[in-house]
Amino acid sequence: MPTTAPAFADVTASDSTLRRFLHGLPGVDAVGLEGRAASLGTRSIKTTAKAYAIDLAISMIDLTTLEGADTPGKVRALAAKAVNPDPTDRTTPTTAAVCVYPDMVATAKEALKGSEVKVASVATAFPAGRAALPVKIADVRDAIAAGADEIDMVIDRGAFLAGDYMKVYEEIRAVKEASGSARLKVIFETGELSTYDNIRRASWLGMIAGADFIKTSTGKVAVNATPANTLLMLQAVRDFKEQTGVQVGVKPAGGIRTSKDAIKFLVLVNETAGEDWLDSHWFRFGASSLLNDLLMQRQKLATGRYSGPDYVTVD
Amino acid sequence: MSDGRLSVFKTYKLYVGGKFPRSESGRVYEVTDPKGKWLANVPLSSRKDARDAVVAARKAFGGWSGATAYNRGQILYRIAEMLEGRKDQFVREVAQSEGLSKSKAADVVDAAIDRWVWYAGWTDKIAQVVGGANPVAGPFFNLSTPEPTGVVTVVAPQESSFLGLVSVVAPVIAAGNTVVVVASERAPLPALSLGEVLATSDLPGGVVNVLSGRTGEIAAPLAAHQDVNGIDLTGADEVLAKELEVAAADNLKRVFRPQAVDFSADPGTHRLTAFLETKTVWHPTGSLGASGSAY
Repeated sequence: MPTTAPAFADVTASDSTLRRFLHGLPGVDAVGLEGRAASLGTRSIKTTAKAYAIDLAISMIDLTTLEGADTPGKVRALAAKAVNPDPTDRTTPTTAAVCVYPDMVATAKEALKGSEVKVASVATAFPAGRAALPVKIADVRDAIAAGADEIDMVIDRGAFLAGDYMKVYEEIRAVKEASGSARLKVIFETGELSTYDNIRRASWLGMIAGADFIKTSTGKVAVNATPANTLLMLQAVRDFKEQTGVQVGVKPAGGIRTSKDAIKFLVLVNETAGEDWLDSHWFRFGASSLLNDLLMQRQKLATGRYSGPDYVTVD
Repeated sequence: MSDGRLSVFKTYKLYVGGKFPRSESGRVYEVTDPKGKWLANVPLSSRKDARDAVVAARKAFGGWSGATAYNRGQILYRIAEMLEGRKDQFVREVAQSEGLSKSKAADVVDAAIDRWVWYAGWTDKIAQVVGGANPVAGPFFNLSTPEPTGVVTVVAPQESSFLGLVSVVAPVIAAGNTVVVVASERAPLPALSLGEVLATSDLPGGVVNVLSGRTGEIAAPLAAHQDVNGIDLTGADEVLAKELEVAAADNLKRVFRPQAVDFSADPGTHRLTAFLETKTVWHPTGSLGASGSAY
């Protein structure tokens, strides 16, 4: 088993100490949080700053396809787009990763050979996470064996909401162990956690258990990444680093479709967690259609005229 | 007590995507009658309003171009019906904007309503006129059908603020295109009010988008926009028209050049066919080759 940060050895000693710690976290001022997220969303980012933000956002995308209808052809097309997002402009950065189901990892890996783009795989009975632990572990091992560089796991929301934090903690630890050197992103599915207090608790629980990234959502439910819940998670990783020196990444996923939205999230990152997180190693967007909008904005900045959907690939 | 009510001023707004937003820029400008008397403040659109309007028009294109020609005709006729009910308002606005007498303005509004009826009748007939079966030297059916060009920017006439506007917008949407129209800069009130009529005529939001402001400022980004497929330059002066045509060449927009026009005359069909593309299909007739195989 990987070791827990020493600062938290006593916290994870038993079910009750863990609960006491998580419930002892300060409550979230929902109105204040949403107000803060909204006010940071009003920043005006123009010209060179905008160009920088767009390129940064492109480099942070986990280009994702998680459909029942995924074919090897579609995954290869996505991989080609990740490596070379805008064939008309080779200065465009590559995306951070391609995110697929475990059975498509080998295809993606093959298609991305020789590039810097990583392969992320969802695992642990994504998106519901309703399977026994051995099944989840097998799912992870499968993805790792196929060559996944990153694992996106879902927590057991049922256990979390029932208050069985130790079960969630043990599961994350087990998955972390099975992931080996692959970076582990822990998905909370914030839309199902009901309260901001729960999102804060889940963030700390995930980080204590050894998550390399905490991620908002699967993109499969009604409410996905919002500025407010991402801001909350950014506060958590900032505080965690202050306390332990360990830096954890954040990945909002689902529902971020426009450049404007993406830039708002980058403002949140800069103003909350700080510049250390303004890097694809520490912040990611789980998205697919976002990339097209970023490319169109990029073309607009380069040429001065508005681009259109005819000038980006349809995927 | 004073004798009269306080007057209720109307806030003129843009019509974009079926909604009535103010300009994204928050700017307005003063509109006066030809003698310089203040009439209203109207939105001074920016290039971002133009961009939003193109997004709305593109979104509406699939539904509108896919609607049956018969259905489009019904909706255009509905617009005429709705205008008929609000005739007084339009007579007043046209009279003020263009400095016409009440009776002259009434004639103009009547003609504009009739123009909607004219194009309503044409929607399901134009395909027979400009399409058809072509004789070819081979065992094929060869069929040509007209299809809408796509998103079209219309620079509305500057002088004829209502009849002219209807005369340039109606044929473009009758053909199944969606429109971003730049209203007359000096007299935009009838165009902005027309948005209110369109919104209550079963015309899907985004099929017609009305922008008011400086013609040059709004038309330039629209002419250069890569997601606009055609541009009607009727309301652009010589210098601006040339500039816009050059910008429009970049993505090979279909361009309708300004020409002297009497809007009170019989409109004909040339504006209807200006933004139609011809699709030709070759289809085997059935008996193929020596084996006698057939589809």
